[in-house]
Amino acid sequence: MTSSRLKKILEKGHFAVTSECGPPKGADPKAVQDKGKTLKGFVDSVNVTDNQTGVVRLSSMASCVLLKNEGLEPVLQMVTRDRNRIALQSDILGASALGLRNILCLTGDHQSFGNQPQAKGVFDLDSIQLIQTVRKMRDQGVILGGEKLTLPPDLFIGAAENPFADPLNYRAARLAKKVAAGAEFIQTQCIYNIGRFKEWMVEIRERGLHKKVFILGGITPLKSARMAEYMSKNVAGIDVPAEIIERMKSVPAGDQRKEGIKITIELIKELQGIEGVHGVHIMAIEWEDAVPEIVREAGLAQRPDVD
Amino acid sequence: MITAVRKPMEEIRGMIAPFKKILIVGCGTCVAECASGGEKEVGLLASALRIDAKNRKREIEIKEMTIDRQCVYEFIDQLTGIIENYEAVLSLGCGAGVQALAEIFPVAKIFPALNTTFIGQTKEPGLWIENCRACGDCKLGDFAAICPVTRCSKSLFNGPCGGSKDGNCEVDPELPCAWNLIITRLEEKGELGRLEKIYEPVDWSKMGKGPRKIMREDQSI
Repeated sequence: MTSSRLKKILEKGHFAVTSECGPPKGADPKAVQDKGKTLKGFVDSVNVTDNQTGVVRLSSMASCVLLKNEGLEPVLQMVTRDRNRIALQSDILGASALGLRNILCLTGDHQSFGNQPQAKGVFDLDSIQLIQTVRKMRDQGVILGGEKLTLPPDLFIGAAENPFADPLNYRAARLAKKVAAGAEFIQTQCIYNIGRFKEWMVEIRERGLHKKVFILGGITPLKSARMAEYMSKNVAGIDVPAEIIERMKSVPAGDQRKEGIKITIELIKELQGIEGVHGVHIMAIEWEDAVPEIVREAGLAQRPDVD
Repeated sequence: MITAVRKPMEEIRGMIAPFKKILIVGCGTCVAECASGGEKEVGLLASALRIDAKNRKREIEIKEMTIDRQCVYEFIDQLTGIIENYEAVLSLGCGAGVQALAEIFPVAKIFPALNTTFIGQTKEPGLWIENCRACGDCKLGDFAAICPVTRCSKSLFNGPCGGSKDGNCEVDPELPCAWNLIITRLEEKGELGRLEKIYEPVDWSKMGKGPRKIMREDQSI
């Protein structure tokens, strides 16, 4: 059984570069394969979102396999919104059997934000309980309730954390809880307010969490000033400082994408200088084409060979 | 209390359309407190239906009656000898009341005039909030008496999620984030340490594998 490449990269102390792929709203394998081709060689692993914001898309598990067949290392995102513990545990086993080696455990956006707002939200487990469950399955070889597995899954276990959501003073404690539950790597919500992120990292270091878990700072390149304003106003838990919005506005619309990439690169460089940050997670939403340029210009295009 | 809201007139009118003699039965307990099914609301609905019938030049006879509890036999029994005289019964009880009436008077045609909504609290005049899902395993003692099952949109036991902004929930920005309330209240009490414990997956089977029942020998005759 081959184990996670992302894990090896992080354990060897390399600054990891991960990215994200949103599956299409259709049964189109090519859409996933094309995104994979764009990202291949520039990133260490690619997260595949699980019906993000409650919008129905090609399944995360299927998309992960499509990417794996293209030679990329996928990170299976799994939300507890849509599946109860029976389905979650079954899919965890399925993921491992299909050769997936990374899982990101999430609660998921509330169904009311998506295109199926009439759906019954499951939330049988929360993200922390999901982390615990995967850990139990992998390390103790049992499912919830204690029944033994014939073969435990082999998965590197990740979680997300948002340093910018309320209540701010509880965010480090919440990460501590995820680590205690068994998370091995963390990908954060997108960072624009680097000052606040640094404050959070101080708390993380005070608790010694940076030595217990690999932390990858999340970044979403801004496409336009409008996007910056929209995210600032309408997306809870995203903190886009006024300076960033102003900076985006200060360039003509045609150059705003370029400015967004420039900001992203500056943020990556800042992240590299923060003690306890082990990598960057670039979430270029429906803009995967931007990733190679960002990675190259950030001087990270030479990805380590750990196999 | 169990809260309810009255169904739209259109729907009520549709249910009773084939009938001329109608009994409207209110309930004097929960639905009276939330001003949807008490004596006053029975009167209002009866008047509205009478006016409506008159406008449509339809003949209708309505009797109003409110009993203390529509979910307890002793009170329901007050309808014996009356209910039989009516073609249809409009119950302003909660779902439990409607079903109890129908069980005791199986021949009667009983229709619900309310939509039963939740177990809640009268927060202020005209405002009722849901704060209990009757999960059968109360953990309020651990969460500063704020229910995460009911008041967190995702029923998180290890919250908050990343969608709390200015102390409110992203699902409904008018709604306080339950986890913000829990953390603030525990902090004030110096008990934030309680949250360090990871809550294991909840035993939802206590919420019922099907309809629940309570049996107590000390209460049975």
